[in-house]
Amino acid sequence: MVQQTEAIAPDTQHETPQEVVKSLRDHGALPQWRLMWRQFRRHRLALIGLIVLIPIYFMAIFAGFFAPSSADTAHTALPYAPPQRVHVSAEHGMFVYGYSSTRNQETFEQTFTVDKSKIVDVGWFVRGDEYSILGPIKSNIHLIGPTKAGEAFFLVGSDQSGRDLLSRLIHGARVSLSIGLVGVFASFLLGMLIGGISGYVGGRVDNIIQRIIEFIMSVPTLPLWMALSAALPGSWGPLTRYFAITVILSLIGWTGLARDVRGRFLSLREEDFVMAARLDGVGRTGIIFGHMVPSFASHIIASISMAVPRMILAETSLSFLGLGLQPPAVSWGVLLEGAQNIRAVATAPWLLTPGLAVVVVVLAMNFVGDGLRDAADPYK
Amino acid sequence: MLRFVARRLVWMVITLAAISFVTFVVIKLPPGDYTTTVIANAEARGQDIPDSQIAELKRHYGLDKPFIVQYLTWIKGVVLHGDLGQSFAWNQSVASLIGNRVLLSMVLSIASLLFVWAIAFPIGIYSALRQYSGGDYLASFLGFIGMAVPEFMLALVMMYIGFRYFGQSVGGLFSPEYADAAWNLGKLLDLISHLWVPIVVVGVAGTAGLIRITRANLLDELHKPYVATARAKGLPEWKLLLKYPVRMSLSPFFSTVGWLLPGLISGETIVSVVMSLPTSGPLLLGAVKSQDMYLVGSFVLILSTLTVIGTMLSDLALAWWDPRIRTRFQKG
Amino acid sequence: MQPLLEVRELRTHFELGDGVVKAVDGVSLSVPRGRTLAVVGESGCGKSVTARSILRLVEKPARIVGGEILLYDDAPDTKPLDLLAAKDKRLRQVRWADIAMVFQEPMASLSLVHTIGDQIIEAVRLHENVGKQEARDRAIEMLDRVGIPDPKRRVDSYPFQLSGGMRQRAMIAMALSCRPRLLIADEPTTALDVTTQAQILDLLQDLQQEFGMAIMLITHDLGVAAQVADEVAVMYLGEVVEQGPASAVLSHPKHPYTQALVRSVPRLGQRGQDRLVAVRGTVPPPYERPTGCRFHPRCDSFMAGKCDVTVPVRVRSDEIDVACLLYGEEADR
Ligand SMILES: Nc1ncnc2c1ncn2[C@@H]1O[C@H](COP(=O)(O)OP(=O)(O)O)[C@@H](O)[C@H]1O
Ligand code: SF4
Ligand SMILES: [Mg+2]
Repeated sequence: MVQQTEAIAPDTQHETPQEVVKSLRDHGALPQWRLMWRQFRRHRLALIGLIVLIPIYFMAIFAGFFAPSSADTAHTALPYAPPQRVHVSAEHGMFVYGYSSTRNQETFEQTFTVDKSKIVDVGWFVRGDEYSILGPIKSNIHLIGPTKAGEAFFLVGSDQSGRDLLSRLIHGARVSLSIGLVGVFASFLLGMLIGGISGYVGGRVDNIIQRIIEFIMSVPTLPLWMALSAALPGSWGPLTRYFAITVILSLIGWTGLARDVRGRFLSLREEDFVMAARLDGVGRTGIIFGHMVPSFASHIIASISMAVPRMILAETSLSFLGLGLQPPAVSWGVLLEGAQNIRAVATAPWLLTPGLAVVVVVLAMNFVGDGLRDAADPYK
Repeated sequence: MLRFVARRLVWMVITLAAISFVTFVVIKLPPGDYTTTVIANAEARGQDIPDSQIAELKRHYGLDKPFIVQYLTWIKGVVLHGDLGQSFAWNQSVASLIGNRVLLSMVLSIASLLFVWAIAFPIGIYSALRQYSGGDYLASFLGFIGMAVPEFMLALVMMYIGFRYFGQSVGGLFSPEYADAAWNLGKLLDLISHLWVPIVVVGVAGTAGLIRITRANLLDELHKPYVATARAKGLPEWKLLLKYPVRMSLSPFFSTVGWLLPGLISGETIVSVVMSLPTSGPLLLGAVKSQDMYLVGSFVLILSTLTVIGTMLSDLALAWWDPRIRTRFQKG
Repeated sequence: MQPLLEVRELRTHFELGDGVVKAVDGVSLSVPRGRTLAVVGESGCGKSVTARSILRLVEKPARIVGGEILLYDDAPDTKPLDLLAAKDKRLRQVRWADIAMVFQEPMASLSLVHTIGDQIIEAVRLHENVGKQEARDRAIEMLDRVGIPDPKRRVDSYPFQLSGGMRQRAMIAMALSCRPRLLIADEPTTALDVTTQAQILDLLQDLQQEFGMAIMLITHDLGVAAQVADEVAVMYLGEVVEQGPASAVLSHPKHPYTQALVRSVPRLGQRGQDRLVAVRGTVPPPYERPTGCRFHPRCDSFMAGKCDVTVPVRVRSDEIDVACLLYGEEADR
């Protein structure tokens, strides 16, 4: 850091507006991003978060390949089967033991034990259920699975209909992870537009918009979400419902972003270089896109990154209550709906693994968001 | 101060009016109306209802009037007679259905709010004063976890632990022997012994958030010049910290109600469903699933109204606490 | 005569992740009794850190790593108190009762949620055994003395209800409420407009006449120093390069840095380009201190092979103490 000599005279000379604008242009976007990345890398938790998130998203995108089976392949004879352990032996290579089940004559509860006489061979890149990669391309190769297609292979156990929970978890990640992004994108558009108007125009308009935002924020969100989803027709298909839920979530979620955007606009409006650009004769659009947007993009990205996990939690809660997505769609919330019954959880605690997945992802996202927020203020 | 209170009151009335309008829109949102239900029910029984009777029904319920007239009729009933409408599913007036449940919801939410405050402020202040200490890292870590675990997950885990290791269900608010008993000391104690689990579960997320805010606020204040002035005056360290920066950073103590309460009510709703507490949650869920819209709307209306009132009270408390707000409205 | 306060070889360093910033690195100066010492220098040369170090007010990541700060008693020939070695309790007694401070930002250095009266009364009762009412009377009296109109009412005002100038007056009233022997004022007028600035400086001089305290006035404005100072100490890169009587230092500066500073002050009648002759070059980055004389990269009298090797020690030339190789025995060799 090289300090300019401060003139020791009572009145220091000011740079002309043109000079200010020019120096801003010269110190354009690139160093800002580089500065942010440098700062971000120092935030160890944020880096860990990123390292956790990237493979999870990758897995969600290629869910068909990473999941041992499709989301709804059911082994009806094996409901609530406990997780299997993968064994390796010289004789069999990689394998898991099968199940043998006994039914309690009084309670009719079925219990499973590991049956060492049944050996299910397991291999890498095995053929199994067919799926499509990114649309039209079809394949049936799975990263890991039973070498003989159709055998039960439950690494984290099975659900009430004998479906592989791990496969459902991986398939469900697509919805759970994407709804956060899509939902935040929608609230971002709303927040950016409304917050931008509020902050840029200011005055009365700003006042009214702020009151509206305060109003929305003062309503308990979950009951409102529930009420809105009650209004959704039951006949809608999974995709329509997906978008409807996204819209419902973002109708309420945009307020925080709008506030941030507005705050940035307000503080920037007063700052020298916007004034300078005005004097410089740059038009309004020029001011907004040339100066204001780049300078607060980093802050907005930080607040967006904090909004994504909130969306994910919201979807999970709604679906858990049976009000979000409906089966046969799978999301982590839909999977958790099966855990609503505490007796089922008591016999099959692995039903809570989707909850664990939610916690891990949200935690990682919060870390990343925290890092981004710190990085957005490199001088702080 | 009086001006401030007056302004807040006016603003509250406007907010409530807006909430009631939104509620009514939500109530009317599903396609069809009461007559659709009647026709469907009749058809299910194999009957046919003549059009004239349907028109008569519509007139009776005012369904033939423009939307805004319907809204005004409804809100008039709500305000003047406490008439929230009719639950189609229960065939009962909504008011009689929800009274006690809303009360318990409020008890639970306010208890959680007190819990959040009682835990979050000391920890937040400690974290800031001992920044980067082991305790600070622990608090930050727990805070992150608290924000990442959905309330219902925590409720499920608590239920599972209770069920698995203590052989008892932690659900419900009363033991069976008290469930239908009249209120007495025993019942109250029983309620309290059942209440703490949901209070903690509902409060965890809010606690995590408030710890972060308190810590960040206090860290901002700790290095301000006025603290240096106080130190230069020769005040002992702990005394000056409490009198100056801690006091400054406690303004959120009051302003948090505005965002904590809605979150707590949301959390309470879902936790009650999981733990089957006799609060508004389970009934609201049932109403939502059967599209019992007047019941749904009433919950939204009442819970929001209570939140808005809570927020206003906290604003008044904030004004009492912070002279900058109090005096803003003194002159012109 | 014995000085009131003597700072010897004070070192305060910022221990940052990327290295150590030696913000104050060997400052020596003395404050005469009942007089005004102005500490001048470019922004960032370590004036504020020096001032804060005197009362041990520096906070992490800064740390006082060496030196002595000697506060002399009024009775002659008594042992001075070294503030850097004093116990916390003793130091707290010295704060405000012996040495009080006024900071640059009057808005930020007063608590906004306590009344002015509350903050003054607190200081008085902390150091003197007086009742509430008496302390309050003292507060009103002090507010009146610093020229705040209607002090009986103002004593219950909050700082944000006052104008900037009034706030700084209130701050001064608070600083003088315990009759300190030394008032350290760190750029007390920089945040104020020119008229208010002059009024506050006048006020400080009046108060000095009345209470007889010494003033250490920190400023980057030589004009201000010329107006009020009896003595001047000039700082550059964390050390004092020159100290002496104001008249001597400002009219016949010895150190090339001071000479450059004095040249840069606008004089009556001069206009335009000539008005602003700042010191040539820029302040070097904080992690790298130049070898030898710290000023040598910017010095007009730079002597190669000497100034960049030998660290100048302080010598007395006429009435002035100066750290430059142009003076003293070094120069004659
Ligand atoms: N909070 C800080 N963190 C790191 N370095 C600092 C900090 N405050 C001051 N410094 C360093 O100390 C030097 C002196 O600062 P200061 O005493 O405030 O200068 P001034 O003479 O303008 O009052 C600065 O140039 C800077 O390098
Ligand atoms: S010692 Fe040398 S470089 Fe330093 S001020 Fe004197 S003449 Fe200039
Ligand atoms: Mg300074």
